[in-house]
Amino acid sequence: MLTKDQAGDIFDRIRKLSIADEVEVVFSGGRFSLTRFANNVIHQNVEDENHVVSVRTVFAGRTARATTNKFDNESLRRVVESSEALAKVQHPDPDLLSMPDSRDAEGTADQSASQVPSRYFPETAAITPQLRADGVKKIVEVANKHKLATAGIFSSSESVEGIFNSRDLSKWHTQTLAEVSITMLAADSSGWQKANSPNVTNLDPNALAEIAARKAIDSAHPKEIPAGKYTVILEPAAVLDIVGFMFWDYSGMAILDQRSFLTGRIGSKLFGGNITVWDDVTHPLQTGCPFDGEGMRRQIVPLVEDGIIERVVYARATAERMRRSEQRDKVGPIAPTGHGFALPNEMGEMPVNIVFATPRDPQTLAQMIASTERGVLVTRLWYIREVDPYEKIVTGMTRDGSFLVQDGRLRQGVRNFRFNQSVIHMLSSVEAMSVPVRSCGEESFDMVVPAMKIRDFNFTEVTKF
Amino acid sequence: MKQIANWALDVAAMRGATYADARIVSQRSRALTTKNGKVGSASDSESTGMSVRVLADGAWGFAASEDLSRSGVQATAARAVEIGLASAQVKQQDVRLAPEKPVTAEWTTLHIIDPFSISVEQNIVLLLSIDSELRAVAGITLAETNLNFNREEQWFVSSEGSDIHQTKYSAGAGYTAYAFAGNEIQKRSYPNSYGGQWQNKGYELIEDLKLLQNARRIAEEAVALHHADQCPEGTFDIILDSSQLGLQIHESIGHPIELDRVLGMEANFAGTSFLTLDKLRTLRYGSELVNVVADARQEHGPGLGTFGFDDEGVPAQCTPIIANGLFTGYLSSRETAHTIDENRSGGTMRAEGWNRLPMIRMTNISLLPGEKPLTLEQLIASTDHGVLMQTNRSWSIDDKRYNFQFGCEIGWEIKNGKRLRMIKNPSYSGITTEFWNSLDAICSRDEWTLWGTPNCGKGQPQQVMGTGHGAAPSRFRNIKVGSAYKGS
Repeated sequence: MLTKDQAGDIFDRIRKLSIADEVEVVFSGGRFSLTRFANNVIHQNVEDENHVVSVRTVFAGRTARATTNKFDNESLRRVVESSEALAKVQHPDPDLLSMPDSRDAEGTADQSASQVPSRYFPETAAITPQLRADGVKKIVEVANKHKLATAGIFSSSESVEGIFNSRDLSKWHTQTLAEVSITMLAADSSGWQKANSPNVTNLDPNALAEIAARKAIDSAHPKEIPAGKYTVILEPAAVLDIVGFMFWDYSGMAILDQRSFLTGRIGSKLFGGNITVWDDVTHPLQTGCPFDGEGMRRQIVPLVEDGIIERVVYARATAERMRRSEQRDKVGPIAPTGHGFALPNEMGEMPVNIVFATPRDPQTLAQMIASTERGVLVTRLWYIREVDPYEKIVTGMTRDGSFLVQDGRLRQGVRNFRFNQSVIHMLSSVEAMSVPVRSCGEESFDMVVPAMKIRDFNFTEVTKF
Repeated sequence: MKQIANWALDVAAMRGATYADARIVSQRSRALTTKNGKVGSASDSESTGMSVRVLADGAWGFAASEDLSRSGVQATAARAVEIGLASAQVKQQDVRLAPEKPVTAEWTTLHIIDPFSISVEQNIVLLLSIDSELRAVAGITLAETNLNFNREEQWFVSSEGSDIHQTKYSAGAGYTAYAFAGNEIQKRSYPNSYGGQWQNKGYELIEDLKLLQNARRIAEEAVALHHADQCPEGTFDIILDSSQLGLQIHESIGHPIELDRVLGMEANFAGTSFLTLDKLRTLRYGSELVNVVADARQEHGPGLGTFGFDDEGVPAQCTPIIANGLFTGYLSSRETAHTIDENRSGGTMRAEGWNRLPMIRMTNISLLPGEKPLTLEQLIASTDHGVLMQTNRSWSIDDKRYNFQFGCEIGWEIKNGKRLRMIKNPSYSGITTEFWNSLDAICSRDEWTLWGTPNCGKGQPQQVMGTGHGAAPSRFRNIKVGSAYKGS
């Protein structure tokens, strides 16, 4: 793994090679291993190590980026030349700011008490192919015990992210991550569970396998029930899948571009009073890097408070533009929040460490089921796409364990539904929530989200399984 | 490079691998975008490295590294064998590879103009000219354009004696105009949405696309959609333009025919397939008019799925997938061919780059054009009442690839053979085989386009791959329309 000292040395070499007004170098990479299994055997098993150096140069308001994964002198010379050649032919960008120094990068908010905990765990970094195979063996044993087929992954990684610039800013972050995802398949049903953590000792593949197996067994011989509006209980992974589609819009740039569903809605009560959402990189269940694509410290930002849209996040240049825009009085607080993407880019920024607040009266999944006269319990959603960008209607499918709930009990598996659902209506119709947990799925990035019981969820079609 | 790759093969053999291949890949890409009169991003990227894939004790191991020094390559090969031996701890039987004759070959994408030879200034001028045209239309609130160029050079050697040097070029370009007003965002894209048109070609693709000439019309349509009627809900005949039909092919034919999905290898992520092995040569997939091929050969055209050899060293082939409506073939690999009683791979294994494992990927999955001359206008003229839908806006399909729903950017109601009115937010949905069996007309070769889908995701870790889809506008009878907005 590349160290901060090695990166510093590379940055010094790049700085000497460049004739630009300003130079910024972003480092990323690491070692990633993944053992993949299906039909109760390991069928793919991979490992790769790669580090990338990405050079941004600036000449009088013109900027561009070039990237390479080779660190020898000739490659570094070439990547600097590429970046400079690209930058020089750009048109000057009046919105481009000078690179931040280390003081600028701390931001203005007083969040000195909020530190990101260490997210590097030697026990995760030390996982070997043999250890992953041992983990898979246990999962397969659960499948065999229940006469099921299993498919999934056990992965581990150690990674670095770093940024250096010619105004003496230098930031470095290392992290490990282990992940287990398990599908259990029966003849006409399936179950699924997934979890990840920087610390592999927080994962229990055996327990996940048992839950996935139980779901596959209990949803066997799924019954077709008609499409329509149902009370649904979405497990945390299903909540994550669907709400993830709105967070791209919590961006100052998206408001300026008028592509956000929050355009004209900041400050209004868009969701139910029980919805409060923060972006908080320091949260103990979160992962990720404490600085953004320019090296700005990620701040804790309240996005939704009691259903009211409080504010959006900003990269430095976006905040400057917003302050000059006609919309400046309608968007809440305007300040860089440390959520910008590496420059140059056209998307600006987005919150990536989403944390839903714990509700006043959290309920367990069992309590939500017990209080439901007729509804559907959903394990996971799939292939979600946006149908309407302003009403935030999204479509997708249920998958890997959907159950009819009747008279307070899980009755049986049901065939999977297609939904067409406004996320705005959904978050206005939440009747109960669990304590938020760290959750991961396939349709969105990892978050800290609760399970939710939601009335009038809009299923529009039923598929054949 | 061959010598470097051979260091890996030697170590793999010494450590006990019964099969090994090594791929050294050098990739170069350029991405340019503009947004509302400014350059949005400008970036060049290069990446070079090597992967080693082995069979050890009958199971797969794979390792990759950027380090091409002798010691680095040897360590990577040794790691691949170690990983293979770990895989063998959880196996039921040894992996069997279909035989393949070793080849020594050179292959390069047919191209006229190296896209990297065109100056960045010239490209930016083009994009800003398009941007200016789009924003000249009152009501356009956001204009985005993009140009992308890629070059990938690969050296493949295997322990069976293959030695293949292959260089592929691809290019892509497109733009989108957005109009926000009231409570509605509408958009139009050209020549396709989500990045435009992509092909394995040089800069000549950009010159052929007539980007600037279409910008004003596209922007005007985006604004006009605000005044259009909502797409009706009900059962209608629909005509899909060729780009939307390309994506329909991708999702409801291309993915279900991937044999790894069928065999359960993708069950945890991408899903499985309704096309279980018993359906081969027995399932009526579509109407008699439906003829689909998986064709990676140059003679099929410059699709993103065109190559000389796949990433297992198997030559490009054409596999009939649907013949006169009958399901006839899967996409296969050397490992999976025997499960469908084939003695040779269909040649579809591709990897995203040097550090990813080759897997079964769509090549060019194309619906062959109708044999009788038929233009889009003639097809519209022969339609009593229906909806023409153009340019994808949203797409979703279940994990066995039965139930799908697509939204398009723009629709036109057809009545008595004429375009009656513009319709906004058009969508349609259905079940894959019912849908393809409802096809009753396909336009002919003049209307056929080989579209590129540059962003197909599959695998764990996920890989993004480009695929090709040839299609001509086609008509489908009695399709469910408008359910995307039902009850919302």
